[in-house]
Amino acid sequence: MTVTASSPEVIAEPSLLREGIAAFARNRVALVGLAFIVVLVVVALFIPWISHHDPYRVALDEQFLPPSLTYWLGTDNFGRDVLTRILYGARISLLVGTLPSLISLVIGAALGILSGYVGGKTDAIIMRLADMMIAFPSLLLAMVVMYTLGANLLNIFIALALVGWASVARVVRSETLALKGKEFIEAARANGTSRLTTMVKHIFPNVIPTLIVLFSLSIPDAIMWESSLSFLGVGVQPPEASWGLLVAKGKEYLLQAPIVAIAPGIAILLTVLAFNFIGDGLRDALDPSMKD
Amino acid sequence: MSRVVFSTRDLTKHYQVGGGLFSPPQVVRAVDGVTLDIYERETFALVGESGCGKTTLGRVMLRLHEPTSGQVIYRDQDLTTLNDKAMRGLRNKLQIIFQDPYASLNPRMRIEEILAEPLRTHGYGSPEEIRERCAELLDMVGLRRQFLRNYPHQFSGGQRQRIGIARALANKPDFVVCDESVSALDVSIRAQVLNLLSDLQQELKLTYFFITHDLGVVRQFADRVGVMFLGQIVEVGPAEDIFKRPLHPYTMLLLSAVPVADPHQRGRERPIMKGDIPSPMNLPTGCRFHTRCPFATELCAKQEPQPREIDGRTVSCHFPLAA
Amino acid sequence: MAQHNETVLSVSDLRTEFHGGRGHIRAVDGVSFDVGRGRIVGIVGESGSGKSMTALSIMGLVPKPAGKVTAQSIMLDGTELTSLGADGLRRVRGRDMAMVFQEPMTSLNPVRKVWEQVGEPLAIHKGMNSRQIRARVLEMFELVGIPEPKARLDAYPHELSGGLRQRAMIAMGLICEPKLLIADEPTTALDVTTQAQILRLMLELRDRVGTSIIMITHDLGIIAEMCDEVNVMYAGQIVEQGNVFDLFDRPSHPYTRGLLASIPKTTEKRTDGRMPSIPGMVPNLERLPPGCRFNPRCGDVMAICHEAEPPLGEVGGGHLARCWLHSRKADGPAPAAGAVL
Repeated sequence: MTVTASSPEVIAEPSLLREGIAAFARNRVALVGLAFIVVLVVVALFIPWISHHDPYRVALDEQFLPPSLTYWLGTDNFGRDVLTRILYGARISLLVGTLPSLISLVIGAALGILSGYVGGKTDAIIMRLADMMIAFPSLLLAMVVMYTLGANLLNIFIALALVGWASVARVVRSETLALKGKEFIEAARANGTSRLTTMVKHIFPNVIPTLIVLFSLSIPDAIMWESSLSFLGVGVQPPEASWGLLVAKGKEYLLQAPIVAIAPGIAILLTVLAFNFIGDGLRDALDPSMKD
Repeated sequence: MSRVVFSTRDLTKHYQVGGGLFSPPQVVRAVDGVTLDIYERETFALVGESGCGKTTLGRVMLRLHEPTSGQVIYRDQDLTTLNDKAMRGLRNKLQIIFQDPYASLNPRMRIEEILAEPLRTHGYGSPEEIRERCAELLDMVGLRRQFLRNYPHQFSGGQRQRIGIARALANKPDFVVCDESVSALDVSIRAQVLNLLSDLQQELKLTYFFITHDLGVVRQFADRVGVMFLGQIVEVGPAEDIFKRPLHPYTMLLLSAVPVADPHQRGRERPIMKGDIPSPMNLPTGCRFHTRCPFATELCAKQEPQPREIDGRTVSCHFPLAA
Repeated sequence: MAQHNETVLSVSDLRTEFHGGRGHIRAVDGVSFDVGRGRIVGIVGESGSGKSMTALSIMGLVPKPAGKVTAQSIMLDGTELTSLGADGLRRVRGRDMAMVFQEPMTSLNPVRKVWEQVGEPLAIHKGMNSRQIRARVLEMFELVGIPEPKARLDAYPHELSGGLRQRAMIAMGLICEPKLLIADEPTTALDVTTQAQILRLMLELRDRVGTSIIMITHDLGIIAEMCDEVNVMYAGQIVEQGNVFDLFDRPSHPYTRGLLASIPKTTEKRTDGRMPSIPGMVPNLERLPPGCRFNPRCGDVMAICHEAEPPLGEVGGGHLARCWLHSRKADGPAPAAGAVL
C-alpha cells in the first residue's frame, strides 16, 4: 500500500477499565469513601465472628448501660449491645441499598434506551409512565406497596425498585438521544446492523459509565428510603435490626440514652457520605477520560 | 462510455419543523427535486454551502433518511421500493465515510470490533476469516496491524479517519459517499488522506460521491461536479469545464470567493456575493438564487428556471453566463 | 529599529507553559514578532502549533493556574503588558486590544439582546449609559455593514445568520476603537461566500479606521489575501517570519514549503492526480523530538537537525526561517550542498 500513516507508537492500550480505575485512584476523597465501605462490608459480613454479643438476647437488667469496654457504645432498652446491633443492621441496610438500586438500574436502562432509540409512540408511552412514577409521592407509593404486600425484606426491594426506575430511565434516555446523533450510530445503520444489535452493542456500552455513577449515587438514597420506611414502621420489623429501625426505636429513649438513636444515625450519615464520595469520584474518573 | 452506476430521479426530502398548538409546522425543503447520474468509477463532487442540502442528499441517497418522494436507482434497482431486509442486504455495496473522525467511531469498541461488525452483519465468514480481513483492511489504509487492539481515543484525527475508511471498505462496496470526509482534518493530513482515497479508488474500482465545500479539493480530485443551492442542483458538468468557465452565476460567485494562496493575485477583479443565503424555510419566488444574483431580472423573480443542456453541462438558469 | 509610535504591538520571547496531570507542555515557546500601525499580521499554523494560545497569552486569557505565561516584553503602544496585574489587563482588554473568536454561535450570549452585548465594552470601559451605548452600537452596525441596523439592535443572536453574528462580533471588537484587533479563525465556521464578505470588511475597516489586525488562521489563502506580514508556527515556535510576498515567493522553511504544496488549489489541476503531502504528524508537545521539532517529517533533514534546535536565521531582508539550511552554527557546517533556498 502506497500511503502509510507514520505515527508515533500508539501507547500500549490499557483497557478502558484500567484507565478508569487509575483515574479513580487519583482521587483521595473517593478512596477514603471506598475504604470506609470496604471496612464496613467486611465487618458486617464477619460480625458473628468478631463480636460475641448476641443482637437478639434480651437482658433487662443491663438496660441503658453507658459505653464501656464490654459494650463499646453501651446498651439499648433491651440490654442489647448497641454497636453489635448497628453492625448487624449494616447488613440489611447495605443489602437494601444495593439490590433494589441494581434492579431499578436494569429496568430503567432498558426502558430508557428503548425509549430514546426507538422514539415515537414507544417513547411517548414509556416517558408518560415514568412521569407518573416521578410525580406520585414516592414515600406514599412505597408505603402503599408495603402495606399491600406485607412488610418484609423482599417487598422492600420491590417497592424501592418501583420508585427508582423512572429517573434512571429519564437520564438514560437523554444519553441515548445524544448518542443517537453521533455518527458511529449512523455508521452502524449504514452497515445494515439491526436496531436491537445497535442498542445492545453500541448504545448500551456507552451508557455504562453513567449507569455506574447513577448506581453509586442511588445507594445512599435507597439506604435513606429503607431507614424512613422502617422508621415509619412499614419496613423492617423488629427484632431485626436495620438502621432506620434502630433510630426509630431509639428515639423513644432519646433523653435517657441518646446514643441509642444517635449512633445508628451517624452510621447512616457516614455510609451515605462514603457512597457519595465514591459516586463523585467515579463520575470524575469516567467522564473526562472517556469523552474525546 | 461508462455506464451509470447510481442515479436519482427527482429526489426530494422535506422536513416538518416547529408548529405548535396554534401554528402550522413549516416545511424545510432540504432536497427539492434532484436528478443526477453518476458514472462507474468516477469521482462526482457535490459542492454547496450550508443549508444547501448536500449532507441530506447524501443520507437520503443511501436511505439513511427516507426520501419524501422520487427514486434512487442503483444498478437498475430502485432502492426506494425495497423493504428493510432487502435494503440491508445491499448495504455492503453502498457505503459512507463520515466527516467527524471523533464521533464516527464507537469510543468503547476496539478497532477490531469496529471493523468486524460489518463483516459479521453480512456473514463474511468464520471468525478467523473475519480477523484476517480486519488486518487486511488496516494494511489497505496504511495502519499497523497491532492497532486492532487499540481504542479510538488513542489515535489522531487522521488515523481515525483512515479507520473509518477501512470500515466502509470492509465488504467491498462499489459506491461510496464521502461526506466532508477530509474537512475536519489538518491541511497537511488532508492531502495524505486524499491520496489514500485516490489510490483505493484505483485499486478497488470505487465510485465516489464526494460531498464537500472545499473547492480546491474538488478541482484536484473530481471528474464531474454538481453545484447545489437551497435543495436544487444548479449546475452539473465536467470539473475542469466548470472551473474554467462557470455558467451559473452562483457557481461563478462561489469560485471567486475562494481565497487564493498567492499574494500577487490580490488586486484581481472578483465579484463578491451580497447579503446572506436565504433560509430554506423561506424560499424566494421564481429562481431561488435571484435575490442574491447580480444579474437577476424580473423573469428570474417570477419563473423557476428549468435545467438545460449547454456545452455538455446541465444548468438551471434563465441567463447562463456567456457561453 | 522601528520608531516607537510605528509599532502597535511588540512581543518578545513569549512563553506559555501548561503543567497537566501527565506532563509539561510548552504550548508557546519563545515567540517574538511585531505588529505595525495599520498592518495586518498573520499567524498561520495547524492544530497544536500554538497560534491560538499565542493570542490568548497576549490577551491574558490563558486559564490559570494551569497555564503560566511569561515574556521578556509585550508592549502594546507604549504600555508594558507584562507589568500589569490582572486588573490592569482587564482595563486594557476590550478597550486597547480586542479579540474576535471563531464561533459566532457560542461567543454571543443567547439570552441577551445583541446591542447589549456589543455595547458591553462601552459600559465597562467608558461608563456610558444605555442611550449612548445604543447610539454608538448603531454606528458600529452601520460601519460593519449590517443591513437594517436599527432593527437588528434588539435582535437575539439566534435571529441572525452566521455572517451577521460575526459582523456583530467585529463591531464589538472595534467599538472602543482599540489599536489592535486579534481575530482567531474568524471565518473558519462560515461559508466561503460569507467568508469573502467578512474578509473584505476587515480590509475596509483597516483602511478606514486604521486598526492593526492579527489574523490567526490555518488557511494560507486567507493569509495571501489579507496579510502584510506572516508568522508560520509549528509546535509552539515561529518557524518562518516575513513579508507576505517573500513568504509565498521564497518559502524557506521546509514546513512552509510542504504546507504550500499540499493545499489543493482551485486555480489549476495537477496532472498526476496526487497531492504532495507532508509525511507524518504534528508532534506530541509532551514528547518533542530532540533538535529541530520538524526533523521527523523533513525532506531536507541533516545530521545537525537531530542534535540542536535551529535559531531563527536570516534568509534575507527581514525574512527569517528557523532552519539549519539558513543558519550556520558559529563553527558548524554550511547548509547541505544543493539545498534549495
